[in-house]
Formats: sequence, C-alpha cells, structure tokens
Amino acid sequence: MAAVLEKPIAKVDELGPPIVRITALRKSYGTNEVLKGIDLDVKRGEVIAIIGKSGSGKSTLLRCINGLEVFQHGSLTVDGKPLLHESAMAMRELRQHVGMIFQNFNLFPHLTVGKNVMLAPTLVKKRASAEAIAQAKKLLERVGLAEKFDAMPDQLSGGQQQRVAIARALAMEPAVLLCDEITSALDPELVGEVLRVVESLAVEGMTLLMVTHEMSFARKVSNRVIFMHQGRVHEMGPPADLFGKPQTPELRQFLSSLHD
Amino acid sequence: MNDFSLWDILRNLLMALRWTVVLSLIAFVGGGLVGGLLLYFRLRAGKVLERFIGGYVALFQGTPLLMQLFLAYFGIALFGIDVSAWTAASVALTLYTSAYLTEIWRGCVASIPKGQWEASGSLALTFGEQLRHVVLPQAVKIATAPTVGFLVQVIKGTALASVIGFVELTKAGSMISNATFRPFEVFSCVALLYFVLCFPVSLYAKYHERKTYGRRA
Repeated sequence: MAAVLEKPIAKVDELGPPIVRITALRKSYGTNEVLKGIDLDVKRGEVIAIIGKSGSGKSTLLRCINGLEVFQHGSLTVDGKPLLHESAMAMRELRQHVGMIFQNFNLFPHLTVGKNVMLAPTLVKKRASAEAIAQAKKLLERVGLAEKFDAMPDQLSGGQQQRVAIARALAMEPAVLLCDEITSALDPELVGEVLRVVESLAVEGMTLLMVTHEMSFARKVSNRVIFMHQGRVHEMGPPADLFGKPQTPELRQFLSSLHD
Repeated sequence: MNDFSLWDILRNLLMALRWTVVLSLIAFVGGGLVGGLLLYFRLRAGKVLERFIGGYVALFQGTPLLMQLFLAYFGIALFGIDVSAWTAASVALTLYTSAYLTEIWRGCVASIPKGQWEASGSLALTFGEQLRHVVLPQAVKIATAPTVGFLVQVIKGTALASVIGFVELTKAGSMISNATFRPFEVFSCVALLYFVLCFPVSLYAKYHERKTYGRRA
C-alpha cells in the first residue's frame, strides 16, 4: 500500500467517456501483421506505460493514435471522433487533440527554440503573435528553459532539446500526449530532467501514453501498464501487479531480461 | 573583308551575348517555375502522376538537348503552328531545365529527415504548411549550390540554340567568323565571353556550398 501512496495522484476520470478508444485494431506491413487486434480504452487523465520487446508493436500502436501509421482494420476514436485517414480535415482536427514527442526530438533545426514552440499555434490555431510569444515563454519556463527562447536547437543538449519538444507539443494544448521512447536517445545523465517534466505533466492530469524502457519510471507514474507481445496486448494492469506478480511467462521473461 | 578590328569583333559578340543571357534567364525562370510545379505534384500526388513525372524527367535527361531543340523547332511546326527560333529555343530549354531542376530539388526534399514531416504533421500542420514552413526552408539551403551549379550548364546549353538559327553568342561567332575568316580569334573571344559569364556563377555556387556545409563540419 505504501508504494501506491508514493505515486503522484493522477486525476483519472473514471466515469466519463474514454478519451481514446481503440477497437479491434489491426495493422500490417504487406503480409506482416504487426498489430493483431488491439482493444484499449484510455480514460481522461490516465497515464499509461506501454512496455515490451522491440518489434512487439508498441511504437506502431502509439503512431496509429495520431495517424502517423495507417491501420487496415478496426476503429480508433479520440474524444469521440473517429480517425479518418482519407479526410485531411478530420486528421487536422484530430491532431490538434493529440500531441506527440519523438525519440529523436525532431525539432525544426532552422527555427529558434521560441519559433519551434510558436509555429503550430500561429499557423493552426491562428494565434496572434504577441499571444503566441507569451505562451511559448510560459511553456519554456515550465520545462525549465526560459532563457533559451532565442537559441537554435543545435546549441542545446539532448535533454534540453527534448524538453523544447515537450513545450512545442503542449503549445497545441493537446488532450492526449504520446511519448515514443522519449529518453532512448539521451545520455544517461540527461534522462532525469526529461522524466521530471513528464512526471509533472502526469501530476497535472495530462492523459499520457508512453512507450518506455524506463521501468522504474513506468512503475512510479503510470496508472496502468500494458505489456505488448507479438502485436497483442499480452498483459495489462496496475504497475504494482504487472511488475510485482506478472501472470504470463512472456512478461516474466521480459522483466527478468531487463535485470541481466 | 579584313577591315574588322578586334574591337569590332568583340562589340558584335557583346551585342549577341545579351541574347545568351536573356535565353538563359528565360530557361532558368521558366524551368524553375515548371520544375517547382512538378516537384509539388510529385510530393503531393499519387503513384500515377509520380510515374508520369518520372518518365518526363527520364525523357529529357536521356536525350541530347540538341535533339530537343530540333524537335521543338520542327516538331511544333508539324502541327501547323509557325514557331520562331525564339519560341522553340525558349520552350526546349525551359522543359530541359525543368526536368533537371525538379530532379535536383526532389533529391533535396528527400534528404530532409522523415522526422521533420512527422513532427510537423503531428502538430496538425497541413501539407502546404509543412512544405512552406518546415521542409522547404531546410531543403532550399541544400539545393542552392547544385541549382546554381546547374545554371552554368544551362548557360552553356544555350549555345546549341544556334543550330536552329537563334542568333546568340555562338551563332554570332560563326557569322562573324564567316565574314572575317579569322575563326580562331573569333571563337577565342566567344569562349572567353562564356567563361566571363559562367565563372562567377560557378564561383558563387562553390562559395555557397562552403557556407552551407562548412559551418556544420
């Protein structure tokens, strides 16, 4: 029980409709099926960690949620609206609700840090310049980089770049944030500063879906852990259960392989 | 007939040089516009159009410019349209330039990491916004040196327009040579003038290349 109390108390909306609903989702590359029927409801404010071996389909699942990957069967709704790949309008609408942070940061190298954060709000949300600047400064302050507003991305460390990427995603005020192995490209000493920012988001009630290899972090901040294996949700539950008493041999093997 | 001084030769060549410059500019501006349009369709459209444009590029890269000029000059005339050497040369050089430029630029756009498209896409930017604000500003930097370098090819390529009777530098050179019987002097001057035109352009391309790539190293 003590372990549970230590956790940041994310405000999960247990009763409301799910913010993300994935039903019988299947995706294949040619004849190779990588997602073999995924069902998942994500509640508002929930923090979900997706773990599993490489090639288990966890990144692909995440990338399906904002339409970076096209799936062949099943359905996916965000905030009740279905994801329609054919409709550019619908995709644009959906993507305003779903932010994404990438393993390799993917900052725009030709723009200053401030402009990286301001670009999407000014273009997509038609925000006035002064307002966008104020918002960008606030967000950069939140990720601890207020003084880097005019810096270029290549002048920053990996950890700083990733924090800018978080600020950039937050600038669109997304309802869901997808984190795709966001610390995997970082030097070990820079991982902490990024995870602290993500943790603060979790505490503030942001809905988070993160693919991660940081097991202790997953255990600490998530409400639910999903173990993916061969394109399926193999095991799912509260972190204490999944890490404490894994039910399937695959998960046991995966967890023990981490300690080697 | 030998009352042409070297200055007379040069003066007449300089008069013709402007048509070389004008034709180069037409080819470059026209080719740039058509090439840009083709690039947009290539990035935007489906496989059919992409293949069609690929074929267009292969056709113009796989045949000599001289043949393209002949075909433009004599081919369009077959349809009963009276084409001047001006029109034929402009059309042929524009198409030729557009094929090369669209290919150069496609390579530059392709060299922008996929993550840039993904990041801008997941921020809900439209295709046009992604292109204009994220991809092209980075691609233009890479494209400048090879594009300017290709301009040199176009300038030299205009010399071929002389065979369909377009009086530019080379044609003027052979006319003067026929009148003066001093081909060596005349064509030395012609070559010198091409060099004066092309060398600064090459130099600029090199300078720009160093400016773009030197900084990163």
